[in-house]
Formats: sequence, structure tokens, C-alpha cells
Amino acid sequence: MRHLLSAADLSREDALELLDVAEEMAATQAREIKKLPTLRGRTVVNLFFEDSTRTRISFEAAAKRLSADVITFSAKGSSVSKGESLKDTALTLQAMGADAVVLRHSASGAAHRLAHAGWSGVGVLNAGDGTHEHPTQALLDAFTLRRRLAERAGGDPARVLEGARVAVVGDVLHSRVARSNVLLLETLGADVVLVAPPTLLPVGVGTWPCRTSWDLDAVLPDVDAVMVLRVQRERMGGGGFFPSAQEYTRRFGLDGRRLRLLPDHALVMHPGPMNRGLEISAEAADSPRSTIVEQVANGVAVRMAALYLLLAGEDAA
Amino acid sequence: MASARPVLEAPEISRVLTRIAHEVLERNRGADDLVLLGIPTRGTHLARRVAERLVAAEPGAGPLEQLVGSLDVTMHRDDLRRNPVRALGRTSLPPGGVDDCVVVLVDDVLFSGRTVRAALDALSDLGRPRAVRLAVLVDRGHRQLPIRADHVGKNLPTAAEESVRVMLEEVDGRDAVLISGPDDAPEPAPEPAREQAPGAADEEGAR
Repeated sequence: MRHLLSAADLSREDALELLDVAEEMAATQAREIKKLPTLRGRTVVNLFFEDSTRTRISFEAAAKRLSADVITFSAKGSSVSKGESLKDTALTLQAMGADAVVLRHSASGAAHRLAHAGWSGVGVLNAGDGTHEHPTQALLDAFTLRRRLAERAGGDPARVLEGARVAVVGDVLHSRVARSNVLLLETLGADVVLVAPPTLLPVGVGTWPCRTSWDLDAVLPDVDAVMVLRVQRERMGGGGFFPSAQEYTRRFGLDGRRLRLLPDHALVMHPGPMNRGLEISAEAADSPRSTIVEQVANGVAVRMAALYLLLAGEDAA
Repeated sequence: MASARPVLEAPEISRVLTRIAHEVLERNRGADDLVLLGIPTRGTHLARRVAERLVAAEPGAGPLEQLVGSLDVTMHRDDLRRNPVRALGRTSLPPGGVDDCVVVLVDDVLFSGRTVRAALDALSDLGRPRAVRLAVLVDRGHRQLPIRADHVGKNLPTAAEESVRVMLEEVDGRDAVLISGPDDAPEPAPEPAREQAPGAADEEGAR
């Protein structure tokens, strides 16, 4: 693996290998000494053009646990605010000896551009590009789901997600998490249904490998997990995507009543940060079936696995 | 590969593991505080087999789960950057951990010593054993580090270009130790060579 840009690039074998490595990484994180010498001498640059708390900290923790040097670079207070281009920033980072760049950018395709424009030879991890993809989030969601379902049913870890039913609810239009999740879960054999108002489904969703529905109550009794997406009001500009927050909550919010429509074993997931009271109620977010905090912890293990697979082997020629 | 010839077969491997189990017990004066950690993949199975023999031989030895575990060393290797990326093996310790225990590392082949070096590093991140010992099925020489095994199944003098392959029932479907020359090098008639190798090695085996 040279770059991790999109969940679509991962074959079933790649994805399962990454999840298996993440499982071992998670085991090391339960120990007293969490640090491993594996990436000693490698430099990872966190290049964040967009605000982020958990993804940035999670990548930073993952790289540090593997003994890589981490340089965090956020657009605020850098030369980017003086108008430096992505290309010049990339050249600067390479000159500083970066082995991998973790990139968060508001433009869809920024990670692909950085990886394939021939500006530099560093490995690129996409940590969210516009409304396009966020592959490590999808991997940590799949990791969390696989772990929980395997605890309940046992069986071959490579096949636990086959046939698992997952509802992805909410602002699919602006969500890079939704696209990455749909692609990855499909690769792993799960059955995904998107639930959203028609205004919050992207054009061309009919070509995605999943079903769609507008009726959350009808979907919930039949799923193993419901993944609630954040309503991204900062991307909604003038609004007009739904009449009011109250109406959105009434039709698509996960509240206590809807929580009780779920089967007993079903999980409640959210990539964070949450708008409590809008897409998810406090009762749902804090219920025992919520994996929201666990997802954050698993994120470190999954990102350790991604960094390991990208950086631990011999240098690509 | 046509030139691969067996130097140990199933019955010999079984006897060797029984001897190692008894040596470990003798050296440790019983099974108290003893933990066997196998290095994946084949070391894990060997550790388990030695532990089974140990439990059978020593009435006071605890249940198998408290005696045996596995220790993956991949993330501590010094040659990661020279090879394509490797999948990780499993590390699992007995419930009591390794603090103040006598840990016996178990591996199939001792060669350069680099795997054992990595294992010692990995172990020090997991706890502080009272002592660490090393048991291997085959010692083929050519050490690159100051490392020596405490319990050796068979000393096998080899040329550096030869390769030694351990096959185990659990992984490969049969038990055998094979030695083969450098790829496609014409071996001088396999039969006589086979007679010579075990004879030369057996004397050192028991140490």
C-alpha cells in the first residue's frame, strides 16, 4: 500500500489485512507500555487545512505510539493563510524529510492530487477531503462494528461483516464518512441502507452500492447498527435543505423512541462531533448500545495499522 | 524443491520436544513461575507442545493456559525497512503476565539471532521477567549477535546459503525439518548427504 486515499481503492483482502493489523495494534494499546519502536526514524506530517479535533489527535497519537516523529501543521498560522499553494506546501514538506503526509482539506480530491501530481514521493493518507472520502473513519467504524458483532456471534473474523445490516442516517450529501462507509462496507459484504431526506442525498446516489430510504422508523427494526451522521450546517450556506431543525429531528433524529425500535443487539454509532438534540438525542448517544467513545479509541488502533502498512516496509522504488 | 532433504522426522521431533520439556523443568527445578512464550508462527505451536509435555511430566504444573503464550516480534524487528511489510502475529500472555516469572522463549530455528533480539525487546515492553531463557528446535549457527540458546533440539551445522525449513502438523500438515541447498544448486546425490547430517549434529544436540 503506497497511499490510503479512498475506501474504493481497498480490496477485500487489503481491508481485512488492515482490520487484522488494527486488532493487534489495539491489543498493544491495552498494555502499560503502549509505545512500539516500529516507525523509529520516520516522519509523519499532519497537514490540516480544515478544523479537526479527533482525527488530528488520533493520527498524532497513532504515529507517536509507533515512535514516528510527528509534525503538526494547521492552516491557521501557517503560510497557507498567506496564499501558499498545496503544491508549494508539499514541496516544503518533502524538503523537510517527511515520509508520509496525513492530509485534511476542504477540497474533494486534494489527497489524490497530492499523491499523484508528481510533486513529491511521500505517502499520503487522506484524513478527509471535502465531501468526498474519509477512509480511516470508515475503517474504524468497520473495525468497531466487526468487533462488537464478533463478540456476540463469534465465527470467522473475515466473514463477520458479511450480511451485516447497517443504516446510515442523515446528512449524506455533505458526508465524506457516508461515502467511505458505503464503499468499505460493501467491499466487506455488508448490506447498507442510506436514510435521509431527498435534499440531503447526493446526485447519483442510485449508482452507489446500497439502498436508500426516507422512512427511518421502517428501517430501524431490521438493522445490526445505525450510524448517525452529523448535520453539517457549516456546509449548508443559505439553508433550504430541510424546513426546520425541529422537523429534521422529528423525522430523522435518533431519539429514545426510535432507540427502542432497534433490535436488542443493534449498535448506535456516530463519527462525531455530535449535534446533541439535532440528529441524535442525549438518551441515544449515552445509551449502553452506543459505541461513540469506543469508536474514538479504536480510531487510534486503526490509524496505527494504516501507518504501519504504509511506512513499515521497504521504501517503494 | 528436489534438493530438500529431511534431517528430523516426526518421531524425532516428538522425542526432542519431550527432552526440552524435561530440561526446562530440571533447570527451573519444577514448573513454578514458568511461562513459555512461542514466537509466531511455528514457535507458538512448539511452545504449546512443550507445555503439554511439561504438564504431563510435572504433577504440580498448572493448567496449560497459565503456562503458555505467544510473543509477536514483528514490530520490534530491525529489518522491517528491508522487506515488504509483514502481517502481524498474535501476542497473548498467560493471565498472570510475565512479571517475576521465568520466561522461556520458544522458536523453531535459531539463525542470526535477530529474531531473539527483537523478542527480548518486545518482552521488556510487556513486563520484567525474573529470567529469560531460549529454547529452539534447531540451531543452525551463523549468529550475527551475541545470543545463545539454553535448550537446543538439534544443532545443525549448515552453510549460510542453505535453508532450513521446519514443518509442523498444525501449520504444514506434517512434522519435519528439511534442509535444502541454495536454489537449484545441484546437490551431490541426496542419499549420502542425508546420512552425514544427523550424525554430525546429534552429538551436540544434548549438550
